[in-house]
Amino acid sequence: MQSAARRALRTLRHGYGFALAAFIAAAMALPAPAQAQTRGGTLSLIAQPEPPVLVSAINSLAPTQYVAGKMYQGLLTYGADFKPQPELAQSWTISPDGLTYTFQLASGVKWHDGKPFTAADAAFSIGTMLPEVHVRTRAVLNKYMASVRAVGDHQLEIKLKEPFPPFIMMFETGTMPMMPRHLYEGRDYHKNPANQQPVGTGPFMFKEWKKGAYIKLVRNPGYWKKGLPYLDELVFHVIPDSASRAVAFERGDVQVLRGGDVDNVDVKRLRTIPGVDYTTRGWELFSPLAYIMLNQRKPPFDNLKVRQAVMHALNRQLIVDNIFFGQGKPATGPFASATRFYDRDTPVFEFNLKKARALIKESGVEVGRYPVKILASSYGANWDRLNEYLRQMLEGLGLKASIESSDAGGWAARVGNWDFDISSSYTYQYGDPALGVERLYRSNHIVKGSPFVNVQGYSNPKADALWQRGGATLDPAERQRVYSELQKLLTQEVANVYLMELEFPTLSRANVKNLVTTAIGLNESFDKVYIDKK
Amino acid sequence: MSFLSFFVSRLAKALVVVLGVVILNFFLIRMAPGDPATVLAGEAGAGDEVFVQQLREQFGLDRPLPVQLGHYLWGVAKMDLGYSYRNRLPVLDLILDRLPATFLLMGSAFVFSIVAGVALGVLAARTRYENRRRWLDSVLVSGAMLLYATPLFWLSLMAIILFSVVLGWLPAFGMESIGANLAGIDRVLDIGRHMVLPTLSLGSFFMAIYVRLTRASMLEVMGMDFIKTARAKGVPARRVIRVHVLRNALLPVITFAGIQLGQMAGGAVLTETVFAWPGIGRLMFDALLQRDYQLLLGIFVMTSALVVVFNLLTDIVYRLVDPRIAASQGAPA
Repeated sequence: MQSAARRALRTLRHGYGFALAAFIAAAMALPAPAQAQTRGGTLSLIAQPEPPVLVSAINSLAPTQYVAGKMYQGLLTYGADFKPQPELAQSWTISPDGLTYTFQLASGVKWHDGKPFTAADAAFSIGTMLPEVHVRTRAVLNKYMASVRAVGDHQLEIKLKEPFPPFIMMFETGTMPMMPRHLYEGRDYHKNPANQQPVGTGPFMFKEWKKGAYIKLVRNPGYWKKGLPYLDELVFHVIPDSASRAVAFERGDVQVLRGGDVDNVDVKRLRTIPGVDYTTRGWELFSPLAYIMLNQRKPPFDNLKVRQAVMHALNRQLIVDNIFFGQGKPATGPFASATRFYDRDTPVFEFNLKKARALIKESGVEVGRYPVKILASSYGANWDRLNEYLRQMLEGLGLKASIESSDAGGWAARVGNWDFDISSSYTYQYGDPALGVERLYRSNHIVKGSPFVNVQGYSNPKADALWQRGGATLDPAERQRVYSELQKLLTQEVANVYLMELEFPTLSRANVKNLVTTAIGLNESFDKVYIDKK
Repeated sequence: MSFLSFFVSRLAKALVVVLGVVILNFFLIRMAPGDPATVLAGEAGAGDEVFVQQLREQFGLDRPLPVQLGHYLWGVAKMDLGYSYRNRLPVLDLILDRLPATFLLMGSAFVFSIVAGVALGVLAARTRYENRRRWLDSVLVSGAMLLYATPLFWLSLMAIILFSVVLGWLPAFGMESIGANLAGIDRVLDIGRHMVLPTLSLGSFFMAIYVRLTRASMLEVMGMDFIKTARAKGVPARRVIRVHVLRNALLPVITFAGIQLGQMAGGAVLTETVFAWPGIGRLMFDALLQRDYQLLLGIFVMTSALVVVFNLLTDIVYRLVDPRIAASQGAPA
């Protein structure tokens, strides 16, 4: 699977160091610029909100993955096209029946404490630790994995109970970080002192964490990719206030802003500063898609025509342009356009209030009899504006709508317990519908207690059968057919009100290079990031 | 009543107060929807019910409330404030790690507000009383009014924009320069530079109060007979102000200073947020949002104990400033 050119490049890098690698990179017209990478320097970034721990295996919060991704590594990473790329695994094969995955691991890899990284570590991580502690990955591992074993020091074999093609999309550092067996095996994962002194295989090692102020990582001198990393230090600043974060970037105190670090209104201003780069790449694997959940268990939203009326009543282009400052685009259905098996050919609900009111009339539901409350999520100002717009449009249809505020804990508890009428949210798609989208629509994911599953109560046996087929079929053409049908069905039935694909911008000082190179963007290890000292 | 028995009885009352605070807060926090398990699951963007249940067991949230409370109080009695599962650290460690930064900021803001507030208050009262430069009095009074009415966070942001972004004189956030590896006097100066803006922001509101308080109280005392007597005896004006007026006028200021120490924790949440100051106010706010019960309760225990200590100190200072106030009467505060 690994292309010969890439393998040659890797060998050369190992053999002749970074200068030659840079030359070849330039020759191959990769995004890296022609000048040689400068070594050294400190890159300042922001960890927002401050992560509770720096171990991505036991905490999946976005900033945890962001910081931990520099210390812990996965077996693979992914290009913007979702093609797997080697990381700790140099090559891999999948048996024709889709049940056996074999990984050939890199040799000469060492943990930060000097112990060698072997297949036994990988087997422990995937087979023992992650199925217990990783809030997202455990569901898939416990359901599909039959066995995992180390074949010698450098080969890992995973067997599945049934074919699950998206499995190969799950080996990036945030989803399956490799954990050191010698520090965790047989001990309490949660109270383990190793959680305070992370030990990984990545290019940067944990140095210091002044809680509430900063996290400092330093270069790993024994990093297994020769000549890397380029940077000496990474410092993640903890700055709780959004306006202060914008100021810190403006002053040059931090050089990188990740999506969500500052408000959209500040993004618009900051990107016009000379010498500032702006990109929305690096979110392909996550492709966040925003939607509105209508609780379909009770009137008025148990009626399909009412839900369709809501779709017609929202001007999604206006939402993108005016509420989210143009950072995104209207969604066409449940899948984001960067996701595999996306089909743009879904039923279109154009903005048409007349049609919306006609649908309400047709439905026969006296919508005014059922006052609805919009449960505000705590994501920030844009979402508050969205709720206000939503209320206005619903009232235009004759509904009685009001807004209820809540904080993150209250929101999660109420949505998870189906105690809401309307609420907005967004979801990461993880590149494959079976990983990121299915949980929102299949009826066996109607489970109380979790806010990011099928909380709206959408249930359709036909859709369930399609999901089952799509997740278990190896043939990509058949999967495409199934998922196309699903996208049409879910959009037609307004399983959720699809709003927009969110764009999360990355702002950086222009002399910071190689920042975004893969589909996991800033969660990447940063081993090739460098600061150009011109 | 001897000083010792006064002290002991106050201490006993204080312990009851702290206990009451803990029990009250224990039930208050539980009334908010959501618990640490749902917040953790929510942040992860997934989480099956089994997992959330596992987390609850881990946090001890599956046990009946009175059992949890008893468990907690027993722990506090043993000086064990519990374990923060979210931060994977003992609560006491988390708090002690952050307390010095808060003390530093609160201390400097406290000193700044009292010294500047009393000085300006005296100045205002004098100019008014002596009927010279009365415009200065008006400027000071209306300036204090303005500061009093200005929201703290707005003032802070404006200060950052002016002194940090436009002029570039002072750092915009943090407590010290990272990576500079300063030591000794350089480090002290570095921290001092970082402290200027947060101290001014946190202290100015209280300073405004002290200006008004001192001024009003001074003017009241200045009109009293014993001052007239002193002046008639030919005591120099400065001495009248310092010994006779100020000493008597300071009582309400001290009363308020005791209250201020308790209140500043609230203002510190804002200041610490805006200036990314690694203190306990911010820790408390995060713990609340994340429903980190053990940590939140630990901070409540710690801050209520501090408020009690501050009140005790206020009473003692009272006695020192004005010995006529008998301890048995208790402090008017």
